[in-house]
Amino acid sequence: MITLEVNGRSVVVDVDPGTPLLWVLRENLQLMGTKYGCGAAQCGSCTVHVDGNAVRSCVLPVSAAAGKKVTTIEGLTEPSGAALKQAWIELDVPQCGYCQTGQIMSAAILLRQKRQPSDADIDACMGGNVCRCATYVRIRGAIHRAAALARGGAR
Amino acid sequence: MRRTLDRRVLLVASLAAAFALAQCRAAGPDPAAQARSAAAWATVYEVLQHPRCVNCHPAGDVPLVGEHREVHPQNVQSGGNGMGLFAMACPTCHRDENTPGRHMPPGAPRWHMPPRNTPLVFEGRGARELARQLADPSQNGNLSPQQLLEHVKSDPLVLWGWNPGEGRAPVPVPHRTFVAAFQDWVEGGCRVPE
Ligand code: FES
Ligand code: FES
Repeated sequence: MITLEVNGRSVVVDVDPGTPLLWVLRENLQLMGTKYGCGAAQCGSCTVHVDGNAVRSCVLPVSAAAGKKVTTIEGLTEPSGAALKQAWIELDVPQCGYCQTGQIMSAAILLRQKRQPSDADIDACMGGNVCRCATYVRIRGAIHRAAALARGGAR
Repeated sequence: MRRTLDRRVLLVASLAAAFALAQCRAAGPDPAAQARSAAAWATVYEVLQHPRCVNCHPAGDVPLVGEHREVHPQNVQSGGNGMGLFAMACPTCHRDENTPGRHMPPGAPRWHMPPRNTPLVFEGRGARELARQLADPSQNGNLSPQQLLEHVKSDPLVLWGWNPGEGRAPVPVPHRTFVAAFQDWVEGGCRVPE
């Protein structure tokens, strides 16, 4: 039995400790927002936060998240999360959408550390999130827009 | 009374002189130890130039990967503190241990690069140049020779070079041989080879 906190709720799961966190989220907890892309920490689609840091959930055994706070796209309630959501809708960022939860979870880390990220900051943060539909230009625009929304300086 | 005092002064002075001589001897290794030190550097240098070591001691701000020292994919950068940047911090993918399987992220506790202010570059450094750099606290992260020895003996990131996970070649020189050579290098005064 492994206890962890997911999106503010304490959960106990009965799985092999080596099970990747991704599968616990999707299969045991039915949180389908986090996606499987590569299973090898190469694409970023499975990105979640563990104790506030970005983590590739496909390579993190659930035992390593025991007792920690896990946040998925469903629980991204911090203010920058709302700004990202609004910006993503405004700029109509997703194409197929498959990579987008991972993109937003990574972008949330950036906005927490940089109120006004530069293009170079965005490249440094987002270089590990692959989009097979190549929505990169809109992602960049939406991060700038979300940062402005979070600063309260844009309408 | 006066003679007793003189005797005491003499005693203290001769003790101090003996102590200073001992210090001097300890500070200056004998020529044979110095020769061993210079000779041992070849083994140390061979290890430090292996991709398992160089890849996280690159000349630039970006770690390298693989046997051919390619730039780390995904636009990974060291960040000022050597821990990566934003959502691309090292522990995003690298855990305390290797992830099983080929092409999976390697791992060891506190996976990181040297910070930018003490970059500890191994890539492209010649043997003499690297010996000089490693012996100089202003260029080696402020470490004494003893601390350097401890680092190569027991730091999990160093030990990882001999247990790098599937699909990566370990350092071919045995760790024991490396530590013995490093010890010779340190004990003989961190000599820069001719
Ligand atoms: S599925 Fe985890 S990084 Fe691709
Ligand atoms: S929107 Fe299709 S993969 Fe990114």
